Amino acid sequence: MTTLSEPTLSIASELQVRRLPRWVPYAAAAGAAILAYLIFYVGKVMGGGWALTAVGAVLIFLIGLLAVSGVVEGRRAATNRVATTLIYAAFTLALLPLISVVATLVDKGRTRLDADFFNHSMRNITAFDEGGGAYHAIIGTIEQAGIATLITVPLGIAGAIYIVEYGRGRLANAIRFFVDVMTGIPSIVAGLFILAFWVLLVSPHLSSNGRASYSGFAAALALAVLMLPTVTRSSEEMLRLVPPPLREGAYALGIPKWKTILRIVLPTALPGIVTGVMLAVARAAGETAPVLLVAGGTDSINMSPFAGNQMSLSIYIYQQAGVAATHNYGVNRAWTAALTLVALVLALTIAAKLLARRSKLK
Amino acid sequence: MSEPSFGSAEVAPATSAEPHSREPSQVPAPRPGPVDDDVSVTAEPNAPRHRSEGQGPGDRGPDDRPTLLGGGGGLPRRRRFGPEPLFRGFTTASGTAVLVIIAAIATFLIVKAIPALRADKANFLTYYQWFPDPSQADQPSKFGIGALAFGTVLTSALALLVAVPVALGIALCLSHYAPRRLATGLGFVIDLLAAVPSIIFGLWGREYLVQPVRGLSTWLHKYFAWIPLFGGDGPYGKSILLGSLVLAIMVLPIVTSLSREVFRQTPAMNEEAALALGATKWEMVRTAVIPYGRPGLIASVMLGLGRALGETIALALVLGSTFNVTFDILNSGGNTIAANIANHFGDAQDIGRGALIASGLVLFAITLVVNMIARGIVYRRREFVGSAT
Amino acid sequence: MSQWTKAYQTACTGATINYQGTGSGAGQTAFIAGTADFAGSDSPLPATDQPKADARCKSGPAIHLPMVVGPIAIAYNVSGVTSLQLKDATIAKIFAGKITTWNAADIKADNPGATLPATKILAIHRSDSSGTTDNFTKFLAATAATDWTHGHDKSWKAPGGQAENKSDGVAAAIKSTDGAIGYVEWSFAQVNSLNMAKVGNGAGEFAELTGDSAGKTIASAKVTGTAPDLTLSIDYKTTAAGAYPIVLVTYEIVCSKGNSGTALPLLKSFLTYTASADGQAAAAKAGYAPLPDSVRTQVASAVGNLA
Repeated sequence: MTTLSEPTLSIASELQVRRLPRWVPYAAAAGAAILAYLIFYVGKVMGGGWALTAVGAVLIFLIGLLAVSGVVEGRRAATNRVATTLIYAAFTLALLPLISVVATLVDKGRTRLDADFFNHSMRNITAFDEGGGAYHAIIGTIEQAGIATLITVPLGIAGAIYIVEYGRGRLANAIRFFVDVMTGIPSIVAGLFILAFWVLLVSPHLSSNGRASYSGFAAALALAVLMLPTVTRSSEEMLRLVPPPLREGAYALGIPKWKTILRIVLPTALPGIVTGVMLAVARAAGETAPVLLVAGGTDSINMSPFAGNQMSLSIYIYQQAGVAATHNYGVNRAWTAALTLVALVLALTIAAKLLARRSKLK
Repeated sequence: MSEPSFGSAEVAPATSAEPHSREPSQVPAPRPGPVDDDVSVTAEPNAPRHRSEGQGPGDRGPDDRPTLLGGGGGLPRRRRFGPEPLFRGFTTASGTAVLVIIAAIATFLIVKAIPALRADKANFLTYYQWFPDPSQADQPSKFGIGALAFGTVLTSALALLVAVPVALGIALCLSHYAPRRLATGLGFVIDLLAAVPSIIFGLWGREYLVQPVRGLSTWLHKYFAWIPLFGGDGPYGKSILLGSLVLAIMVLPIVTSLSREVFRQTPAMNEEAALALGATKWEMVRTAVIPYGRPGLIASVMLGLGRALGETIALALVLGSTFNVTFDILNSGGNTIAANIANHFGDAQDIGRGALIASGLVLFAITLVVNMIARGIVYRRREFVGSAT
Repeated sequence: MSQWTKAYQTACTGATINYQGTGSGAGQTAFIAGTADFAGSDSPLPATDQPKADARCKSGPAIHLPMVVGPIAIAYNVSGVTSLQLKDATIAKIFAGKITTWNAADIKADNPGATLPATKILAIHRSDSSGTTDNFTKFLAATAATDWTHGHDKSWKAPGGQAENKSDGVAAAIKSTDGAIGYVEWSFAQVNSLNMAKVGNGAGEFAELTGDSAGKTIASAKVTGTAPDLTLSIDYKTTAAGAYPIVLVTYEIVCSKGNSGTALPLLKSFLTYTASADGQAAAAKAGYAPLPDSVRTQVASAVGNLA
């Protein structure tokens, strides 16, 4: 540190660093705002406009602060002030689009938030018709995410148990590494994989007419591929948090390992595991690309995930957003479906986070 | 790889111990392979060993029972098809499923891609256009990943260029600057935003960001046309700039949420030491927080990059989907591998579908490499064990 | 098409026509693969695919039945311009990227006296493979061969511009972008209330797009298929007075024989409905032009002979 190299005159002068009065930053901010307004908004330098004015104000403020603080307080303090300003500026800058997304979602989503939307499908509703709903899409999303969960949960938790309780050596390390890597697989690749594997290869053998067919189940498989690493990873972390004395106590009582895991370790880690599963479900429910490739989509209600095309909320949004017609019927339906989907996802996420908070393991 | 050695370690003692369970000298031979049950004993010294008794380390006499290592004298004998091996087998199989799936993804994509690549009359890696299914008999199938891969990398790089500094700013703000109560609430909100499906961002971008970005493009071109990126003089529509911005807004909560976790894990001692030496707050952040979290930060950025590279629907909605290789980010255009799959999947025929799968394979390879690098960094520095998902 | 499905499903409850508006390419693929009983398409099957389609039908060839006429509108959005006339060569230059601003000399020459802004032209085309693109590029290749060197294809081959998914996407992009121009089925231009350009025809006049003017071009078309196939050949350079030259014919591709026993009655009754005067009237309401009666009666009899 530079302070150490300077010879000190007296302790008092060393401690009494010169500081800017509290009002100076505020005054500088006000000054910068007025200056920017005059230069950019009134003077129309570089085209003007309020956005440029705001950016200009921040820049002028930074330069001014750097100068004033640099002269009075020294270079280090000046840097500190600039860094603090930049950090808060980044924060504000990022909030703007995010707030806009949420506000738009609520504002636009309200237009079709009626009973029809939740108990009607799009059968016999064309781009030129008002009304219609997302009942078939909601069914599809719930069934697909549900089946994916049923597949993933036993597999994911068992995999996590292997990694934590049994796995040793290279196999366990490889699994751990690839679970992490697999979390990064793009969803569309998972969709292509299920397309190549299930839709094109397996489904012709299952259907009566030997044709390749799309289905909700294929979508569930694709979602399961995406959910598996997330569930395994979060379950693994939760299992690791279970205190070893719990296991040791059980072993001491002569309980076999498998029973210890199932009766002692799992129940202790359960809230955390459920949290992880819910977060994974929330993520899967919002996926569009893989479902688009393997579920096909339809306008009618299809309750069976195993036969025929099925809709999901996310492809419903994609499809309706593409329908441009008078009065924005399609786009309005898309926004309301978007609001429904976000509500579903957020409800799951919030429930998961609350559950995590109540969990005994931290 | 090491799975068979597990199996042998599993079965060998059971079979050999079966007839004379009371005679431990039956199992003196060291089992092959690095994976040995003894490893688990040293790792968990207090864990009981559910083996037939007498499998203590080393050769011991019949009466020299390893009492310290958990009795098990009264335990039922180990069976080959008992619940324990079954359960263990089930969990092992489940764990291995991950490896199987990754291998299967690669295999199936390659198998489906090969016929299309054979039919391709252009160089798949360098050709710019995408005509896998010609509608006239005399035209060959020609398609290549050149423009798509370029677009994928360019959009993602620009998105991260915009998002990462801002995300780190927010993360620092939440972890070290904002008042605790506010930071907790806002952190929760950021986590929620990270969960918002990407199609929502795409829809929002298409409906509300196109016009502002057209204005921005005009402005950028007017005053900064000397920068090659901003050389495009119109028409401005759905451009790489728009795509990158939407992507940046989408990745922002993800990177923020991960790096906030990283920053929060800085030991208080490191921070206090810096402050005690007279550092200003920023110097404390620069000398204590950021160096400590660097591997975690790199990992979170890489994960953001992985997410950006694979983003499909949001980009299908906001890119101009033309096949050009240009650094001009203002003019309408831009395309990515994933967005192209979403756009062309509907009307692809046999070769077209194979071509899309081949492009997906390239995307898979790119993201696999990016993720493996990210994980490699994290694994080398085990301090960071955050909830990177 | 969705209008027909709706009308038909409303009339016969219990029947579900799962018509996927996926674009012509996908429809033909599904038909050849056997996942669809019939396919609607804006282009006839390419010569390479005809044998595959015949093979899928087993006992009889796959045939094309004209069902409706879809005029292709040249829709634009230029602030301050409500009337625009474009010659075929000018359209070709715009979409080939040879004209880049709205006040270019060629456009001025087509619109004497009009005030045109210097806005950049954003030419919008389809990103998916579609019969609309095929027919539009056929028109360009036939009428403006010197300015349009990209031939005709279902996928767009000219460089530049901006691609949009499906007719919806094109219409939406034109509607929201000042300086945009694109080709789109008439119905989509109508519902989005887009401005449509008058197009120069072979008679040397600029024709406005109406059901009538499009019908004149179809009336001059010839049947080129061998019975029962009813493929039409459109003369884009038609010299009929007042004819709007950019039109396409939507075909239903079906098996003349060898339809599955379960699907046949439904298929026949659906196609009988679409080829009826009622069905044609429903299509006209949705922004298509009805088939001339001479063609319609041939279609109706072909439908009756399906087996």
